[in-house]
Amino acid sequence: MELGTQLLQYLLSGLATGAIYALIGIGFSIIYNATGIINFAQGEFVMLGGMVTVFLLKAHHLPLWAAIPLAVLIVTLVGFLFERLAIRPLRKATPISLVIVTIGGSILLRGLAMLIWDKDTHSLPSFSGDDPITVAGATVLPQHLWILGITLVLITLNKWFFSHTISGKAMRACSCNPRAAALVGIDVRRMVLFSFVISAAMGALAGIIVAPLTMTSYDVGGMLGLKGFCAAIIGGMSSGLPTVLGGLILGVLESLGAGLISSGYKDAIAFIILLLILFLRPQGLFGKPESERV
Amino acid sequence: MGGAKELLKYGLFAATILLAPYLFSGSYLLNVLVFAGINTLLAVALNLLLGYAGQISLGHAAFFGLGAYASAILTTTYDWNPWTAMAVAALTVGALAFAIGFPVLKLKGHYLAMATLGLGIIIQIVFNEWVDMTDGPSGFSGIPNLTLGPLTFDSDRMNYYLVWIFVLGCVFFSLNLANSRIGRACRAIHDAEVAARVVGVNARLLKVQIFALSAMICALAGSLYAHVMTFIAPSSFGFTVSVELLTMVVIGGLGSIYGSFLGALLLTLLPEFLSVMHDYEIVFYGGLLMVMTIFMPDGLVRVMPALCRRLPSLRRAKEDADA
Amino acid sequence: MSTRMMTTALVAAMLLLSTSLACAAGTIKIGALFSVTGPPAFLGEPERNSAQMVVNEINRSGGIRGQQLQLVVYDTNGDPTKAVQMATRLIKDDHVVAIIGPSTTGETMAVIPVVEKDRIPMISCSAGSKITEPVKRYVFKTAQNDSLAVAKIYEQLQRQRLQRVAILTVSDGFGASGREQLKALAGRYGIHLVVDDTYGPKDTDMTSQLTRIRASQAQALIVWGTNPGPAVIAKNFRQLGLRIPLYMSHGVSSKKFIALAGAAAEGVKLPSGKVLVADLLPKRDPQRAALLAFIRDYQRHYRTEGDHFAGHAWDAVMLLKMAIANGGATPEGIRQALERTRNFHGIGGTFNYSPTDHAGLTKDAFVMVQVRRGNWVLAP
Repeated sequence: MELGTQLLQYLLSGLATGAIYALIGIGFSIIYNATGIINFAQGEFVMLGGMVTVFLLKAHHLPLWAAIPLAVLIVTLVGFLFERLAIRPLRKATPISLVIVTIGGSILLRGLAMLIWDKDTHSLPSFSGDDPITVAGATVLPQHLWILGITLVLITLNKWFFSHTISGKAMRACSCNPRAAALVGIDVRRMVLFSFVISAAMGALAGIIVAPLTMTSYDVGGMLGLKGFCAAIIGGMSSGLPTVLGGLILGVLESLGAGLISSGYKDAIAFIILLLILFLRPQGLFGKPESERV
Repeated sequence: MGGAKELLKYGLFAATILLAPYLFSGSYLLNVLVFAGINTLLAVALNLLLGYAGQISLGHAAFFGLGAYASAILTTTYDWNPWTAMAVAALTVGALAFAIGFPVLKLKGHYLAMATLGLGIIIQIVFNEWVDMTDGPSGFSGIPNLTLGPLTFDSDRMNYYLVWIFVLGCVFFSLNLANSRIGRACRAIHDAEVAARVVGVNARLLKVQIFALSAMICALAGSLYAHVMTFIAPSSFGFTVSVELLTMVVIGGLGSIYGSFLGALLLTLLPEFLSVMHDYEIVFYGGLLMVMTIFMPDGLVRVMPALCRRLPSLRRAKEDADA
Repeated sequence: MSTRMMTTALVAAMLLLSTSLACAAGTIKIGALFSVTGPPAFLGEPERNSAQMVVNEINRSGGIRGQQLQLVVYDTNGDPTKAVQMATRLIKDDHVVAIIGPSTTGETMAVIPVVEKDRIPMISCSAGSKITEPVKRYVFKTAQNDSLAVAKIYEQLQRQRLQRVAILTVSDGFGASGREQLKALAGRYGIHLVVDDTYGPKDTDMTSQLTRIRASQAQALIVWGTNPGPAVIAKNFRQLGLRIPLYMSHGVSSKKFIALAGAAAEGVKLPSGKVLVADLLPKRDPQRAALLAFIRDYQRHYRTEGDHFAGHAWDAVMLLKMAIANGGATPEGIRQALERTRNFHGIGGTFNYSPTDHAGLTKDAFVMVQVRRGNWVLAP
């Protein structure tokens, strides 16, 4: 096989993986922008999405088209409860205590998933078959197209929500200056809750659309969550296009790294990029520098 | 250390530690206490950073691992004297932390948490992948026990004293540090960094120094761990371990040295008594971390005395009611 | 914190401990270390189940020489430190005469110094060859050595004159040990490794590695890992339209692999313990009786299929039972009796221990199996 086709294959695989990172990354950004919290439990929403769907399919024999929306709904409810029970009661909401609470929440959710279901890996059927599609010598699966398509739709919806709806605008106001937002009559606490709900739903959907390719188990959330966070950092914690690009860049770099350099150090690539961006361009790859927030 | 009361407290602490093996001789609990000691060292180290300087780290297990691997490789592959290796390991890790401390500690809050987490993961990947040096994921075996003159630290009792003497030294040092000029400056940074900078505290350098010191203590704990276990594997130095350390510090109370000891002791011993929990352990950890942060942000150390003060009055109230 | 509280805590700790020391007379205590939780739970859980099952059965049929057997199981969480603590607990507090487990090579390597020092025989259920090479006085194992599985695959490749081989191993203890053996034995079978690549245990897409393997013109691919990685690889392998023979390790020899990989599992070959195809074995196979009994019992007790991991613990308890019957219920007696074990037809194979061989199996312990129409069959 010639190098050109090989490169194309790396690129396509990378884009498919990157789309997932992007979806998870946007979940991070939405919460961060509304609240200033990095939600370490974001990866667990992804895990829950996949696991709940598997459970609905296997134990309740629901068809796929019914299981998916129901699973998203259930995980959204988990996101709602998570904000109500863990974030809101926090008396001293310092960054450190927020980090610790969300880490605790992620461990708890993972443990509960293990107890409620099992420690096994499960697979989900593909949405539309497994016959590979050939593109100039390289191949993709129909599921990859689903991933790219759903990501695209979600991001457009997201963009529309934040620029054209009252709630979306209110959430943006909270991210700029919560006190000022409260003064003009925005219920900041409701917006915080709202951001958790949206993120949980997006995470769940990400978890569902990847499960046919990657399979799912109670402990998949950790690494996926971290990669999603790397994507968000590359995009400067934006909840729009920059984070999507961040995810895609990360996916492609990983895939190229694994193919051309060393697959053992593949995971290191994401974190080295994370560190470099944090050190050199904390505003993200595409953002303009802003003055230090004290 | 300030005042006779503090000294007395430390003396009692040291005496309890040194006498404890006589209560547990011949029991496996002594073996668990050896690891509780190592965890205490780690928790105190993290607390210096988190509680005093107010800087979070989610990658401290990596420094622990660096110490362990450095000692293992130097003594086994290169036949160094274990004590020399331990000192070299601690100093090198300290220097390394000092160097990376400058860019890392420029970050704040969540960004700092993520950067240290990323650092920890990168280092663990190196343990896994640098097979020629570390023997990779299957682990490094055949590390010698420590010796000192005629003594060989190969029994639980010997290891207990080895580890806990280090802990006593570290606790003494940390208590002094807390009450020194550096400690006060640290608390100033913690409470209001800008104000501290205004009154002339070199906040940045101080944070980096504490970071390096903290990493050094972790490396020391790593060396001890390697020689006690005689086998190490990358899985012992991952993110979960960093989170466990964080839990110990949070449970004990940020900024309290004895609190870290209590947190480490509790979290090391608890699973032994709750071994029936099996599968519930992970849920328990997560729940504990959340409940403690939400309801007792100051940790056990500050809550327990209050509870103890209230207990007698409660008892009296109950007696009155019974009568 | 006040010291009073500290002493109270320590005394309370001691009291709690002493209650667990109560020990029934007339029973033989054996210990078990399995990672019932943690990443290797897929090993530890079936191992614990089958160990408990065999012990119950032995007791129901009168015990060993009239003495009942008591199994003390501790969960190690897949953590070497925990394994060492629990091994010490079994020896110091439970006073067991022998230990079964741990489940993984890393944990076993960590525990070896403890049992060697306290002279307690241990039968490990993990695969790493270095556990018994070189031989340690008190350490035995029931899981087949990786080197045997590698030899089985290489033998077949050699017969088919396939020399350019790619290997893809998982970067954990199991994969690292397999990789070592794959590299060490290649020369002996005239095999040339054209690609030596790895993947992470949590990786979700291996098309990059497979693309490189496709470009290398390898004639066969050997994948060394445990679920779910190999199932992802099988799917990616099919996606890329690779046509070379795909071999896997005994790490995925279970129905689970087929369930995960689905249609992509079709045609995958691997060396497996015989338990996977027990009903297909020829009538004269000496292991057949034991295998069928094990599968029947396990199905009845746990309502799921017993895999070969469960078999490792079954073998360990049965070996111990014979050793106690022949050598007495003392650690040294058990150790000596174990070394004299000849022709024990277990689940993992036919065991022959000796003072120079504490692994006890040959490559006949493995059969080559293949997925055909969603089921495991004996490979030609």
